[in-house]
Amino acid sequence: MIKFLLKRVGVMALTALCLTFVVFFLTNLDPNLEKLAKTQGNSRMSDAEVASWLEKNGYARPLLIRYGEWIGVVPGWTRTAPDGTVAGRCLHRGAAPETAPAYCGILQGDFGYSTRFRADVSEIIATRLALTGTLMFWVMIVMIPSALIIGVLAGMREGSRADRVLSSFSILWTATPEYVSGVIFIAVFASSAVGLKWVKGSAASAMRDVTFENFALPVATMALYGMGYIARMTRASMAEVMTAQYIRTARLKGLKFRRIILRHALRNALIAPFTVIMLQFPWLLTGVVVVETLFNYKGFGWTLFTAADTNDIELLLSCSIVAVLVVLVTQLISDIGYVFLNPRIRIS
Amino acid sequence: MDALGWGEILARMFVRFWPVWGALATSFALSFAFRRRLGLYGKLFDSPVGMIGYGLVMFWFFTALFADIIAPHDPIQVLSGMKNKPPGTPLPDGAEGYGYYLLGGDNLARDVFSRMVMGAREVLKIAPAATAFAFMVGITLGVPAGYYRGRLDLILSFIANLVLAFPVILLFYLLVTPEIMASAIPSGLAGVLFLFPILFLVILWNSRYRTRPSQRALYVGITVTLGAWLYAGLAFDADPLGVISMPPNTLIVFVAVVFVNSPTVFRIVRGLVMDIQTRDYVAAAQTRGEGPWYIMLWEILPNARGPLIVDFCLRIGYTTILLGTLGFFGLGVSAESPDWGSTIASASGLLSIYPHPALPPALALMSLVLGLNLLADGLREESLKD
Amino acid sequence: MKWHHEGPVLEIDRLSISFFTRLREIPAVMDFSLTIQPGEAVGLVGESGCGKSTVALGIMQDLGRTGRITSGTIRFKGRDLCKMGEPELRNIRGDEIAMIYQEPMASLNPAMRVGQQLMEVPMIHESASKEAARKLALRMIEDVRLPDPARIFRAYPHQLSGGQQQRIVIAMALMSKPSLLILDEPTTALDVTVEAGIVDLVKGLGRKYGTSMLFISHNLGLVLETCDRICVMYSGEAVERGSISDVFEDMRHPYTQALFRSIPLPGADKTARPLVAIPGNFPLPHERPPGCNFGPRCTFFREGQCDTAKVTMQPIPGNDRHESRCLRMPEIDWSAPPPLPVATGTVEPGEVVLKVEGLQKYYRVAANALTGGAKRVVKANETLSFEAREAETLAIVGESGCGKSTLAKVILGLQPATGGTVTFGGNEIQNIPVARRPREMVGNLQMVFQNPFDTLNPSMSVGHQIMRALEIFGVGTTVAERRERMLELLDLVKLPRAFANRMPRQLSGGQKQRVGIARAFAGNARVVVADEPVSALDVSVQAAVTDLLMELQREKRTTLLFISHDLSIVRYLADRVLVMYLGHVVELGTTAQIFAPPYHPYTEALLSAVPIADTKVKKERIVLEGDIPSAVNPPPGCPFQTRCRWKDKVGPLCETQTPPLREIAPGHSLKCHLSEEQLHLMRPVIQTEDT
Repeated sequence: MIKFLLKRVGVMALTALCLTFVVFFLTNLDPNLEKLAKTQGNSRMSDAEVASWLEKNGYARPLLIRYGEWIGVVPGWTRTAPDGTVAGRCLHRGAAPETAPAYCGILQGDFGYSTRFRADVSEIIATRLALTGTLMFWVMIVMIPSALIIGVLAGMREGSRADRVLSSFSILWTATPEYVSGVIFIAVFASSAVGLKWVKGSAASAMRDVTFENFALPVATMALYGMGYIARMTRASMAEVMTAQYIRTARLKGLKFRRIILRHALRNALIAPFTVIMLQFPWLLTGVVVVETLFNYKGFGWTLFTAADTNDIELLLSCSIVAVLVVLVTQLISDIGYVFLNPRIRIS
Repeated sequence: MDALGWGEILARMFVRFWPVWGALATSFALSFAFRRRLGLYGKLFDSPVGMIGYGLVMFWFFTALFADIIAPHDPIQVLSGMKNKPPGTPLPDGAEGYGYYLLGGDNLARDVFSRMVMGAREVLKIAPAATAFAFMVGITLGVPAGYYRGRLDLILSFIANLVLAFPVILLFYLLVTPEIMASAIPSGLAGVLFLFPILFLVILWNSRYRTRPSQRALYVGITVTLGAWLYAGLAFDADPLGVISMPPNTLIVFVAVVFVNSPTVFRIVRGLVMDIQTRDYVAAAQTRGEGPWYIMLWEILPNARGPLIVDFCLRIGYTTILLGTLGFFGLGVSAESPDWGSTIASASGLLSIYPHPALPPALALMSLVLGLNLLADGLREESLKD
Repeated sequence: MKWHHEGPVLEIDRLSISFFTRLREIPAVMDFSLTIQPGEAVGLVGESGCGKSTVALGIMQDLGRTGRITSGTIRFKGRDLCKMGEPELRNIRGDEIAMIYQEPMASLNPAMRVGQQLMEVPMIHESASKEAARKLALRMIEDVRLPDPARIFRAYPHQLSGGQQQRIVIAMALMSKPSLLILDEPTTALDVTVEAGIVDLVKGLGRKYGTSMLFISHNLGLVLETCDRICVMYSGEAVERGSISDVFEDMRHPYTQALFRSIPLPGADKTARPLVAIPGNFPLPHERPPGCNFGPRCTFFREGQCDTAKVTMQPIPGNDRHESRCLRMPEIDWSAPPPLPVATGTVEPGEVVLKVEGLQKYYRVAANALTGGAKRVVKANETLSFEAREAETLAIVGESGCGKSTLAKVILGLQPATGGTVTFGGNEIQNIPVARRPREMVGNLQMVFQNPFDTLNPSMSVGHQIMRALEIFGVGTTVAERRERMLELLDLVKLPRAFANRMPRQLSGGQKQRVGIARAFAGNARVVVADEPVSALDVSVQAAVTDLLMELQREKRTTLLFISHDLSIVRYLADRVLVMYLGHVVELGTTAQIFAPPYHPYTEALLSAVPIADTKVKKERIVLEGDIPSAVNPPPGCPFQTRCRWKDKVGPLCETQTPPLREIAPGHSLKCHLSEEQLHLMRPVIQTEDT
């Protein structure tokens, strides 16, 4: 098991390395750097001015070296200007050249500086992630139990009326991405023109204080799409388990239907959806960005959107690290959880 | 003129869709009449779910096909005075053309109904083709990975997982930007991805007709010639005849969508191949000395077609959602494009005051994806009944 | 909720069961009656699809959503089960009637410990306390003769072997001492030596608890060993019913008779007394003929008599509750021997075609699919040596895991050998993969596969598949030529030419197997490896496919390597037999030498384990303890030493040294430490009364 974990962590590290390099490469393409220079300096810069700006800010060196700096395995650049002031990668917050560390990459815990927000990336990520964490917490609370219940209820009597009704709903939900359901919800429940005006169409105030009024729509919007998918997976898994021989064994033992479901079917039926739920996390990111944009909730998704929009390289890189880590960790959890849920794999 | 009531709006919309109703009725009648001779497609008409799905999908397909006839107005035409007008508003005096904005006007005073109809064309231009390409890539790589296993599988699976671990939205932000479009990356990616269909077909013919050289030469020749022509035109905009080309923003959207979908297809195909590989007929083919590619493409792949067709339908739906997401964030679309995603996004700002411009494209997208999901369900059900 | 009742435990009276699909009603069981007295064991015999399992599920009132009892009654201890409500039925299920079925692995909940599953029964039916239930479960595990009950109690099903799982299922069924136990093919998924143990157990426990049994099987030999009475079913109907001795010795229905003539019993011989296959195919439920269901396949069929009205069960005077569903019963001379087919004459084997010397095959497997883990070495074949001559049938016999399929793969070039040589046509081929073998050699060395449902590509027409084989073997130069040759091959395997355009799913199991044979013979095969070619087919079809194989072999002087676990059929068709155990050849000799003492101890046990459907045969019962060891971790010394009953005659040598393969008679070799004298003390396992 230890060996397995180590191997998985190794693969994870390699994946993260590859992915951040891709992000680094794409954000550091020449046109992107030019755009950065123009947004940071002056939008009417000439080509020569752009080049000198890039030179001055350390962007004009080989990609791999700069990637190494960002990781923290290559010493940060320093540059003495003609006027004697020293600039450098590790000096961006006015630290003295003498005391500044030689390396300042993510390995040193330095995630860099956001050119858009003019603040430390780690600070921004921390606050924004906390906000998104609140949102995700409520989404999970709503989504997972209801999806599992719907799936189990539909799958335990395949073809029954309850199954048909519940399945129709889940298939409808899987066809409704967040930007569609969000729009419909706002129009129906929050529109001041024709809607029911039950709740608010903006979650901006939820950043300070979460209430039902300001959080119901974003949570519902996000939960719905994932819910349909998980419910359908659970239903399929449940329906399959219900046709298994051992369920017949249980039935012919004289067990009550309730007991068959709870004691025999449920655990086996939840093995497959567990993996699905775990793999659902990365997909939720798109939803997070959509919902936060739509409901004006400035969390991680909104930050990602803004960083990409302004080519804020270091912020974008850190966002992608967070996103990739979420994906990889959930994959790891899903593998380990699968092993624990399924005794057949655990002991052999 | 007075504004129309809802009954009249619906009636007029129904009339506008006449070519669609005609085409739908014909296709249903024909398919139903010959359903016993049409294999899995015909069996679809035994399942109510499948028929509803088929109806919804074909509705949008025909809408896209006849969009020019259905749409009463030019989707980018701006009529002063029609800004944010509610559904059924008549045109101001002196304006030419169809007398009403059936579903109202948007914040730029364009006809919501016409934009919704034209939006279908935007989606169906890309989604099925992109999904088909993703399948080609996924199959060409997934089949050998599942068949040979070992190191090849290890490397390909790692790459697939790498792409899967990449948050879709981040990839879109990074890839579908004007800066990237200007670089060589889209052509490069397209150059790699578009090679797979040609490769696939060449291997397909080669393995089948290796004992008959003349036939092999013919099929491979046709594939390579046609493929190279399309390839040059689509990926590098270098068609010597100047017929085939793809605008750069469509190309990058296309490439991004193929890129995102391929790894999932790869994983499905790989799993199916690993399963089917254990069958005796594969062993029988091996014992008579068939080449590995013949076994992969002619013995294994045809027997994986059931789940693959089902997934194909689901995946078109998913691609539709992805395209909507791209539009919603204004990625890879021109400002005036009538595609559903960007229409929803542009209307979402004023949603609480004017909900009517956002709802038609939202419902349209939903119904198309729903139709594809139902179609997939129907196909799955019927293919299991065999 | 047990009640006392005098009289039969189960009385089924004119029961009919149908399944309802969207298109039509499919009658599965019609006019079926059966009575089981207390303590009696009744066998229900028939081919797949005859409705025998439906009867069992009907008794359990568990027919699913589509199945329904359309008429008749099922009385259990005097009360009609069809009129009971769900709660009442629940009280009876598992308490009064218990059921065991084919796949032991599938019958147990994979995510629940064995002990928990056992404890459930007394806890729900007798409201037993946890402690009482636990004690009872442990005692029951001991009762089904499983070692170390405490460990088994805590185990998950997948940690047990197939035989152990089935013992647990039996324990679960007997937990509440039911009055009736229904066994639906309980040993079909198990190896013969394991099956023998289970049969022994069921018989013993049935007697111990006084349980009545309904034993469903397709195997007449098994029913003979376990039951007092038998009921033969054909196409949804009971066709003959009576005591074992009446039905086996004094059968009164043409189907029963045909069934007995189509199975290889001792005394059958491929040249002198060949099997008689039942012509035609099993009718589909909605295509049943008018009148007698068996009519179209019956040799005694008379138009106007057998195809007019429904036939009813007629009692046979003089016998005890013996009935048959045949109108012509009084007219037929039941003792007449079967018409002798044209004698074919024996074929003299030619020179050696295939020679295997010291063949070894090891391969590595990962210990765990998900987490990887250390690779383990499976020793599938250990120093195999034998030769096969032209026109000879060499049977390779052994249970699952003995390495017989691996041997086939190495010979065919699907896997390279680890050591030793395989010589074919003067070339050493053990390390030439099939793709690099010359085209002619590939055509000369072909295979027939086990599972008919898997042997043909479902998405390619039958003709196309044969033509592809011809194309690969280089037969014919044009498509038209190959098409002609393909049609000839269809003639050869006695299939109508129209089948060329059919898809495999439109064919029955036997027909598919014929296509598989045609494909194997497409390239003028000199050696055909047949891996259990008939074991997945119904009894009545087995004979026809076997005959076809033999006929083709005679005609083409092909060498047949016939891989099988079924000694009855091996005795019938093989010239020489090779017995394998755990990758070793343990015995090799002519068929006569193998089936007569001296035996290898494993052969002896195998012979004793095979059920024989002949009341005149007396067998010595040898039940092997334990399971076949894993090839990953074979025991030291002799591979069979863990289960051998002769081991104490030799001593510690068996545990340390692998015995050499030594010749004890011309052409007869054994791999055993027993001395010559000890071997000659062995007594025959099977004896027929009239010899």
